[in-house]
Amino acid sequence: MATLTATPDRVGLPGLLRHRAVGKLVLLAVAAAVLVPLADAHWASGSWPQALTVDLSKPLTGVSDWIIDNRDSHPLFLYFFGYISNAVVLSVRAVYLVLLAAGWAGVTAAAGLLAWRVAGVRLALGTAAALLACGLLGMWVPTMQTLALMVVAVLVSVVLGVLLGLAAGLSDRTFRALRPVLDTMQVLPAFAYLLPVVLVFGIGVPAAVLATVVYAAPPMARLTALGLRGADHEVLEAVESLGTTARQRLFTARLPLARRELLLGLNQTIMMALSMAVIASVIGAGGLGDRVYQALASVDVGAALAAGLPIVLLAVVLDRVTGAAGEGLRPGGRAGWAYAAAAAVAVAVAARLAGGLDWPGSWTVQIAEPVNRAVDWMTAHLYSGVPYVGGTADWAGHFTTWILDPLRAGLQWLPWWSVLLVVAALAWLIGTWRTALTAVLAMAATGVLGVWKPSLDTLSQVLAAVAVTLVLGVATGIAAARSDRFERLLRPVLDVFQTMPQFVYLIPVVALFGVGRAPAAVAAVVYALPAVVRITTQGLRQVDPAALESARSLGASSVQQLRQVQLPLARPALLLAVNQGVVLVLAVVIIGGLVGGGALGYDVVFGLAQGDLATGLVAGAAIVCLGLMLDRVTQPTERRAQKGA
Amino acid sequence: MPRTRTKIITALAVLGLTTGCGAADMTKQASPFANAQGARTVTLSVQSWVGAQANVAVAQYLLQHKLGYRVDTVQVDEIPAWDALSQGRVDAILEDWGHPDQEKRYVEDKKTIARAGGLGVTGHIGWYVPTYLVRQHPDITDWKNLDKYANLFRTAESGGKGQLMDGSPSYVTNDKALVENLKLDYQVIFAGSEAAQITQIRQFAKEHKPFLTYWYAPQWLFKKVPMTEVRLPPYKEGCDADPAKVACAYPHTPLQKYLNADFDRSGGKAARFLKKFHWTTEDQNQVALMIADQKLTPEQAAKKWVDSHASTWKSWLS
Repeated sequence: MATLTATPDRVGLPGLLRHRAVGKLVLLAVAAAVLVPLADAHWASGSWPQALTVDLSKPLTGVSDWIIDNRDSHPLFLYFFGYISNAVVLSVRAVYLVLLAAGWAGVTAAAGLLAWRVAGVRLALGTAAALLACGLLGMWVPTMQTLALMVVAVLVSVVLGVLLGLAAGLSDRTFRALRPVLDTMQVLPAFAYLLPVVLVFGIGVPAAVLATVVYAAPPMARLTALGLRGADHEVLEAVESLGTTARQRLFTARLPLARRELLLGLNQTIMMALSMAVIASVIGAGGLGDRVYQALASVDVGAALAAGLPIVLLAVVLDRVTGAAGEGLRPGGRAGWAYAAAAAVAVAVAARLAGGLDWPGSWTVQIAEPVNRAVDWMTAHLYSGVPYVGGTADWAGHFTTWILDPLRAGLQWLPWWSVLLVVAALAWLIGTWRTALTAVLAMAATGVLGVWKPSLDTLSQVLAAVAVTLVLGVATGIAAARSDRFERLLRPVLDVFQTMPQFVYLIPVVALFGVGRAPAAVAAVVYALPAVVRITTQGLRQVDPAALESARSLGASSVQQLRQVQLPLARPALLLAVNQGVVLVLAVVIIGGLVGGGALGYDVVFGLAQGDLATGLVAGAAIVCLGLMLDRVTQPTERRAQKGA
Repeated sequence: MPRTRTKIITALAVLGLTTGCGAADMTKQASPFANAQGARTVTLSVQSWVGAQANVAVAQYLLQHKLGYRVDTVQVDEIPAWDALSQGRVDAILEDWGHPDQEKRYVEDKKTIARAGGLGVTGHIGWYVPTYLVRQHPDITDWKNLDKYANLFRTAESGGKGQLMDGSPSYVTNDKALVENLKLDYQVIFAGSEAAQITQIRQFAKEHKPFLTYWYAPQWLFKKVPMTEVRLPPYKEGCDADPAKVACAYPHTPLQKYLNADFDRSGGKAARFLKKFHWTTEDQNQVALMIADQKLTPEQAAKKWVDSHASTWKSWLS
């Protein structure tokens, strides 16, 4: 999913930068010297002062009760939400029926031929093979359910995203208003989106589709806007001089010029929709995600994997096909499409006549058992008592007592205003006073919501996991950047780890590391590593060869080259890696609530599970604030400027 | 611009007319995956514990193979399942552990859910310690002695206190209040899901380590890890009325079945079958053990049970 590219630039001004940084810190110190005694005199407490919190649980419980009581009678529901929900149900059902009517042969043929038209023969074969593999794993019907849900969610997201993107691409004011919102939505953990939709729509497919849309539409909108704004001005002027109307210009010049961004947006939307479709099984999405979720309930890693693999396959195929579509169309034109459509219909009809609509029951491969045996072996031999290094359980224990506990205790011991100060300093050093203000306000909001302590608990887990991720990720990234063979070996592994639904990680992690915060952190590290490795490798490889060459000619050893040339020059990429690492780690640490991670993640799970939306929504909002704060603290200003284009 | 606006208005009007401008009651919408291709479909709610999966597996097998239905299953947590049931997104809950608030709201006030009789299994929640630990410390099964042994149960997560391991946040639990009201030197740690809790229990058991856990019967895990219940202050009717002041044990609950009210009226054979579905703790454990421990698929497990218990299920179909 991390298709962001980093371009190294602006490293030549360390002196000036340092100078400005010192200035900022001095200013901040002066502000602190004035404000802190005031704040401390008023609300002298280590933790967030009680006087500054707002208790939202009463009103929220009231709202939730009101909704349940009025859902079948109030006009707002009957004439507005009811229709939305209806439309979702009808369209998902329509797609599902079409997929079932086409039968497994028809769907496979249609998908293969579509891939052939947009991406060539190799990917077409890959697509067909992936779909057949879903059937072989015994997951045909759930795959179709997920696909039906995805098709609807992606279509709605794309329409919504393009509309928003058009508005922002054509009007500066909308762009300025929309961009921070879209940027922010992209860094929020998926879990935080579930509760509000459940509140209104109840458990089920409509809620799942809508949560997916909210999660997946922002990248489409962002990239559409950027594509429209990034169009070459000279081309536009030329078109304008031909006397075209605004609409003609949009359709004949601006949109075609933005084609790359549009397809990249589509790609990201699909990937995000797929990952959300799995998480949404918690709120009744059905399909593959539900199979994963059900398998985890009986600690059946093998069955979870059997349902998880089709998701990975779908993700890899969709990613490659939409990616290839961005490169350019195949020759053949309309006739090719017509042949493809005719062939797909022919296969579907043939299969129908042959009576083979459903996937034949005997054509399935049971992978659950061997996988479970492997997992059992691993847990039996690695859990504890391994000579010299100790077992995984011991590591988890040490990680908890030596790193997580002191970190949490430290954060919670710090007076509340000093936490805000640290946040302000970090965000200001790396960004502008505006990002600093956002970060401080977001952090303060967690206190106002009355969840200061759990937020710091979550924060401590994020920090510990990010540290581990960065150490491992940057090391692996350096290795991959230095050896082509290693990178080639690594690439499919990274692909799989990045697209695997986060749920699948949780249970083997519990088997190895027990219950608690440590396994949550481990799952987060595993999930965030691929992105960090990838960005680091990319950043290091983009370092100007001339700079390296000159360093080499000066007789620098390879370690010296790395430390004094490559790493400093790749600084923007490394910062981006930190940012992505933080965002991804937060997403999984939250899901860690399912394996004893506690804190905010547990509150969200609790809210969903008990229908106690007050607890869940407050925790969800706090997660949003935490995500916002972490993003602002790690997002360098340079990148924002570039993104604005 | 005005032209576009009129177009939009016309489009909206057409949309309004074609969809029919009536009310759309979303509490009456079934799952989009139900009744596909003319098959009669029943959607069953599966709760996350394996006993509930056993009920559903057998009901599903019989509905599919003896009554010709297509069965969808959805995993929903306990309280949201009530909501989904009232909206008709699922047709039946086969095992409910007692939710008086929901029962009052949906069964008595809104009448969108109908009772469907007992499951035949009686459930009991409690605190359990492994039996190998009881052999070493026979007096550990009284709550008054728990503090004495708190240091045995200490883990990295519970800090200086003993760890009382709870499972999924969705399960019925008073443990936090109990620990507080009984003034125990313990910390409740939520495993977050039953899967995580079972995995952890089995790891402890393999090494014969002491642990104290929230657990419930009937449960197949007792066959793998023998556990003994810790006696809490005895349960009296109404002693758990105020969730914050609970200081007594959990009751013995006869588990109940519930159907969506519309399904109850018009569900035909399937609804009749589900109302008659009634088996014993033994039966349920047998199927659950096959699923969770021998790793049979729920369908294989159900088939095995159905093949050898014809006399039991024949009466459900009549």
